[in-house]
Amino acid sequence: MRVLAAMSGGVDSAVAAARAVEAGHDVTGVHLALSRNPQTFRTGARGCCTIEDSRDAQRAADVLGIPYYVWDMAERFHADVVDDFVAEYAAGRTPNPCLRCNEKIKFAAVLDRAIALGFDAVVTGHHARLGADGLLRRSVDLPKDQSYVLAVLNRAQLDHSVFPLGDSTKAEVRAEAARRGLGVAEKPDSHDICFIADGDTRGFLESRLGSAPGDIVDSSTGEVVGAHGGAYAYTVGQRKGLGLTVPAADGRPRYVLSITPKTNTVTVGPAAALEVSTVHAGKPVWTGLPADFAGELDCVVQLRAHGETYPARVTVADGELVASLSTPARGVAAGQALVVYRPEADGDVVLGSGTITHT
Amino acid sequence: MAYLDHAATTPMLSEALEAYVATAREVGNASSLHAAGRHARQRVEESRERIGAALGARPSEVIFTSGGTESDNLAVKGTFWARRAKDGARNRVVASGVEHHAVMDAVDWLVAHEGATAGWLDADETGLITPATLAAELDAHADRVAVVTVMWANNEVGTLQPVAELAALAAAHGIPFHTDAVQAVGQVPVDFAASGASALTVTGHKVGGPVGVGALLLGRDVAVTPLLHGGGQERDVRSGTLDAAGIVAFAVAVETAVKNQQEYAARVGGLRDRLVDGVLAVVPDAILNGSAAHRLPGNAHFSFPGCQGDALLLLLDAQGIDCSTGSACSAGVAQPSHVLVAMGADDDRARSSLRFTLGHTSTAADVDALITALPAAVERARRAGVIKSVLG
Ligand SMILES: Cc1ncc(COP(=O)(O)O)c(C=O)c1O
Repeated sequence: MRVLAAMSGGVDSAVAAARAVEAGHDVTGVHLALSRNPQTFRTGARGCCTIEDSRDAQRAADVLGIPYYVWDMAERFHADVVDDFVAEYAAGRTPNPCLRCNEKIKFAAVLDRAIALGFDAVVTGHHARLGADGLLRRSVDLPKDQSYVLAVLNRAQLDHSVFPLGDSTKAEVRAEAARRGLGVAEKPDSHDICFIADGDTRGFLESRLGSAPGDIVDSSTGEVVGAHGGAYAYTVGQRKGLGLTVPAADGRPRYVLSITPKTNTVTVGPAAALEVSTVHAGKPVWTGLPADFAGELDCVVQLRAHGETYPARVTVADGELVASLSTPARGVAAGQALVVYRPEADGDVVLGSGTITHT
Repeated sequence: MAYLDHAATTPMLSEALEAYVATAREVGNASSLHAAGRHARQRVEESRERIGAALGARPSEVIFTSGGTESDNLAVKGTFWARRAKDGARNRVVASGVEHHAVMDAVDWLVAHEGATAGWLDADETGLITPATLAAELDAHADRVAVVTVMWANNEVGTLQPVAELAALAAAHGIPFHTDAVQAVGQVPVDFAASGASALTVTGHKVGGPVGVGALLLGRDVAVTPLLHGGGQERDVRSGTLDAAGIVAFAVAVETAVKNQQEYAARVGGLRDRLVDGVLAVVPDAILNGSAAHRLPGNAHFSFPGCQGDALLLLLDAQGIDCSTGSACSAGVAQPSHVLVAMGADDDRARSSLRFTLGHTSTAADVDALITALPAAVERARRAGVIKSVLG
């Protein structure tokens, strides 16, 4: 196959490209320039798309002896990922930008261009398995598993994707990078949100949305118990940094239960009130089931990246997915993905996903 | 493999390579007083004379540097500093809008850090700077101008400038005139004295010499403040131990390229015409950028409507054809060419452009390989489309 390896400059994508070469594919490396004003160097695990990252990717491509180009996706990324991120928070939801990037950039804009240019597939360094059966499974390295952020991909997208790392642990990937003489073997993993280089999400949102002071209200009493500078800065389930001025009657910690952009109110309450047993999600995508699947299904669901899983009965009808959890979940935020898995001994299979709308 | 990127760098001539290796085997610092030093100095000074003779300069007018970028910086900044030091009112740098980054960014630096003002000369739609444009600038600002710089030949679209006429205009106002002749030497006749320029940039690796060695031809009466301070080896204008091997090879390359220039221009110009005709035959809506009459013999530069230059480059690269979008990258991202923009091209025309440049090793087979591969690549690149900014 002629494949396009997306190379971020990190160790995973470098080893993924190396494995694609070894598998006999005709591989071309591409680094996506996503930042409008790339910084020269990266600082630790934060940020991405610095000039240093692009050089690391180029060096890896040179070591592998494959062509390497930079594709400028900054405008698309800003429109489809960064602006979407801000708009979602403004609407009181909690987006996952990595998932959106996969859905709109890596496996959409990049894949489309690759196909048009005569490539058969895109190779990435995601930790997930995609076998000959076309099913997406969790990585063998469960703490590093990225099947959750890939579960938004549809059948056509998966059919043009190659994930060579799913059978390996991160430690094995690093060791292999060192063995192959790839200089990025010891490069720290990226964390946080790549376009918020200093890690200050609240500050970033404030700079984009301005300050919008409002009340923090207790769910049981309706009493104003604090003030906020912008409801968008809060996430359901959040406990820290609330700055409540009126103590709880029972002295127990309180959590964000909901965000209401209309009234610019953040509602807080006890942990028990966070528990939900029913989760509604829209825009379902099925790859482990027929694409037009409707009906009932016993499965497990995952409600946020690296979150717990819950056995559930899922009902799908009219483009909506409703999950009844067997044990209540906490901190379920609208905007996150609900990913439906079928547990299997050799790795949970992704059946599909939807975007959480309400609980 | 078809190498169609000679404007980026061209293979070393075997004579130059041999001269390089032979000299590199010898020990000696040209500044030393002993026999080995004298020997090295002998090689350097012979080379200086050969380069001067080939390019119409006196030996003392040849200042060796590390290449085109250094020579351009030395000429632009050094002349500006020296001229302004003598006359504080002379705070303006006049440059064409189609300069190489080595000139353009040096001017921008003077504006940002030295309080200079810049007078950018507009090009016409073929990339030409007309004498009338410079005359108008000088009529308005002559007594404030420290230096004028206009390249001899453009590295992207290959347009040749009327250097002698431009230099004469500057000279009439007593203003030093620099020209970047990196792309011109060996391609068209270049005579420093006859051009009337005060300073002229030339570099080794575009004429079949090594990378990392070049010269600034500098009139003896032109004051220049150095960029590099140290031993003052080159007329106290440039410091650093002279690279005898590089200089010898550079001299061989310049001499050979200049000696062969006419025959070269006829042969390579013929290949270039074959390339242009071939491209226009297989992609009839391709647009040839630049000038028909005033053009480097080895340059062909097109816009391919509906394509992105970088997509075409990727597809041709996969077919073993090396070419260039011609313009600089910023963080690896190809930028729309400032040269095409200065020529009045819109963003799409600038982004859809590709440069093919021929040189002394080019053959008809190279050209034919391109013509064979191009139609499919253009069709593919068109399908991939111009990825438009969604924000517009
Ligand atoms: C017109 C022009 N000026 C200057 C340079 C820079 O020369 P060098 O690579 O020797 O620094 C180049 C080379 O790309 C050039 O084409």
